[in-house]
Amino acid sequence: MERISTQGELEALRHRLQASHDPDQLIVRVCRGPGCLAQGADKVARAFREVIAAKGLEAEVKPLIKETGCHGFCKQGTLVNLAPANLFYVQVKPSDVEEIVETSLMKNEVVERLLYSENGTRYRSAAEVPFYKLQQKLVLRNLGLIGLLSTEDALMAGAYQAAAKALTQMSPNQVIKTVEDSGLRGRGGAGFPTGRKWRSAVKAAQKSPGVVYVICNGDEGDPGAFMDRTIMEGDPHAVLEGMIIGAYAVGSHTGYIYVRTEYPIAITNLSLAIEQARQLGLLGKNILGTGFDFDIQINRGAGAFVCGESTALFSSIEGKPGEPRPKYVRSVERGLWNRPTVLNNVETWANIPLIIQNGSEWYANIGIPNNTGTKIFSLVGKVNNVGLVEVPMGITLGKIVEEIGGGVPGENGFKAVQTGGPSGGLLPAKLKDLSVDFDTLTKAGSMMGSGGMIVMDQRDCVVDVTRYFLHFLEEESCGKCLPCRLGLKAMLEFLNRFSKGQGSLADIDELESLGRAIMDTSLCALGGSAPNPVLTSIKYFRDEYASHIVDKKCPAGVCKDLITYRIDPEICNGCRVCARICPQQCISGEKKKPHTINSSLCIRCGMCFDECPVNAVIVE
Amino acid sequence: MPKITTLDINDVLEKYPGEPHYLISLMQDVQSLYSYISPDHLDLICTHVGVPRTRAWSVATFYKSFSLEPRGEHEIKVCLGTACHLKGSPRIVESLERELKVCRGHTTGDLRFTLDTVNCVGACAMAPVVVIDEEYQPRTTYRKLNKVLKSLAED
Repeated sequence: MERISTQGELEALRHRLQASHDPDQLIVRVCRGPGCLAQGADKVARAFREVIAAKGLEAEVKPLIKETGCHGFCKQGTLVNLAPANLFYVQVKPSDVEEIVETSLMKNEVVERLLYSENGTRYRSAAEVPFYKLQQKLVLRNLGLIGLLSTEDALMAGAYQAAAKALTQMSPNQVIKTVEDSGLRGRGGAGFPTGRKWRSAVKAAQKSPGVVYVICNGDEGDPGAFMDRTIMEGDPHAVLEGMIIGAYAVGSHTGYIYVRTEYPIAITNLSLAIEQARQLGLLGKNILGTGFDFDIQINRGAGAFVCGESTALFSSIEGKPGEPRPKYVRSVERGLWNRPTVLNNVETWANIPLIIQNGSEWYANIGIPNNTGTKIFSLVGKVNNVGLVEVPMGITLGKIVEEIGGGVPGENGFKAVQTGGPSGGLLPAKLKDLSVDFDTLTKAGSMMGSGGMIVMDQRDCVVDVTRYFLHFLEEESCGKCLPCRLGLKAMLEFLNRFSKGQGSLADIDELESLGRAIMDTSLCALGGSAPNPVLTSIKYFRDEYASHIVDKKCPAGVCKDLITYRIDPEICNGCRVCARICPQQCISGEKKKPHTINSSLCIRCGMCFDECPVNAVIVE
Repeated sequence: MPKITTLDINDVLEKYPGEPHYLISLMQDVQSLYSYISPDHLDLICTHVGVPRTRAWSVATFYKSFSLEPRGEHEIKVCLGTACHLKGSPRIVESLERELKVCRGHTTGDLRFTLDTVNCVGACAMAPVVVIDEEYQPRTTYRKLNKVLKSLAED
């Protein structure tokens, strides 16, 4: 595509693309999000290409096969959407493709068995499916629609319209005012008002004229979170556009996107999007003939969770170990290379074009006061509809878990929700009427965080999960400050003892006190928020701690030292799978007769429990 | 092993100006080529960008993704993210350690397999996830993994 020199040319290109798009064009959209990819989406897409070629359809009907970013309904992957019929097929395997092509592409009929069904109802199109219907997809509106790496699709969907508006019709100050009035708060975890951050950066740059940087934090280190991955892979131009607008607002000409190295596809797709934007003249010198120069480069993370913290991220870009600095040195005044820097999260940047295009009032009317807009959550764990959801702020926890999420599967009931990643907290099921917004979650002892929402059932042990988060943070601690470096180890020792049934009830109080001390004295938010899971779990699940310490029992049946595995003789069919895989070879029995585990040799590795085909192994 | 010279990584070095902040990017590129960074590589890199050896070692040991030991032919990454943890990934890592007789973070003696843990690959809907040679094994179990490992060992 040719370089665009004015806003007029951009709109002309967009209209040309839209006009040339045939609404009757057959399009097969295969979701290539992380969940579907893990289930073989590549093979499904390949199967479509092969079958269509084999049937000679390319010549007559010319169906287009588009691989798209994450459509969100990950549990039901691989997801396939057919246009213009608007058919939504789930759990598609390569072996289903021939039938889909023959039935739906060639005969315009439906393959009933591949439709999504819930409670006896079958749904023809995605929009009708309850999982989608209850969401409000704004930031994710293009995911599942636009083809990956297709600039044409992005432009047809409206990419860079907002940037053109900002650059040609608004002053930098007007852009900042719009963002301020929208009420947008950072989506990376802290929820700092974005407009205020930009305003401070401008003031700092006035005091110290020179280079200003804008950075996109694509480190997404919270385990269980993949919202940013989805946006970076599936709608990278939204991120670039947000950054162009932000750079214009604060007077920056150099942008960085810091992407964690564990996301190679995101790195590739963002790099290609940057190349495409440069070719079109939307990045580089004299963007759209306005005289505004701005370009972006990508820096890869190298496997350090702490580099999601802004000052550690700067250190990493500067080629040093990712050690944070004290926060009284504000990044908007002295950030990357000690220059005024605006750092925002991927999702925050992706909200900007929407706000500029539709106005601050429109945005401020979504969500609730002081917590405007939508938030994307990765809803994972023990919930039926595992996937990516976008909802307006102010929705309740229960609505997300039980309605959109479809509730907790199986017989083990809903126990808790962990929000905010390792820095967040565990909220018990009884708090499901809590409004999901920055302020309410913080008041309850947790935090919104980046959007990881992990559902737990009665088979998940609170002590174990808390220990897991502490262990994670202890390993990721940069080691610079004592409260974090030694404090987290000390907290972990308590948790380790509890999980073995050791310690005393007084230890719980000591652990709380230690946690509060670490919160007060840590240098950065890693240490500062590490005690959150501990403190909330003690606040809401003290009984479970007591069970471990006093009764030497793990009610959820998880903590190895407190459980035994037993084979139920009524269910066991003597297939010998467990006996064969037991690393201790301590399961005995005759073929086709109930087997027994020798508890004194059992190391509670859990393999028999995982592999028994009839679920005859019981945890006690 | 013969000493590694600039000739081996010249193409990579040439891509980056000799400035300190390119240290990490250079190390990443060298590791993609060789699957690890040897002491010789590190010396060449830090000379090129102009940082002391101590800084280069500090960075190499700070960031988890850098490997200072040769890696195996096949890379196994077990995701230990929260969703995967809840679905039993600790048991999977332990079973792989027993099976391959190697500790997490290390390579088997015959250099066939490297066993690593990762803190979330972002495919949480498919927990527990193990990535073997960049191929995702969704909703995996010990037995499914065993089959894959057996077929790799036979190659």
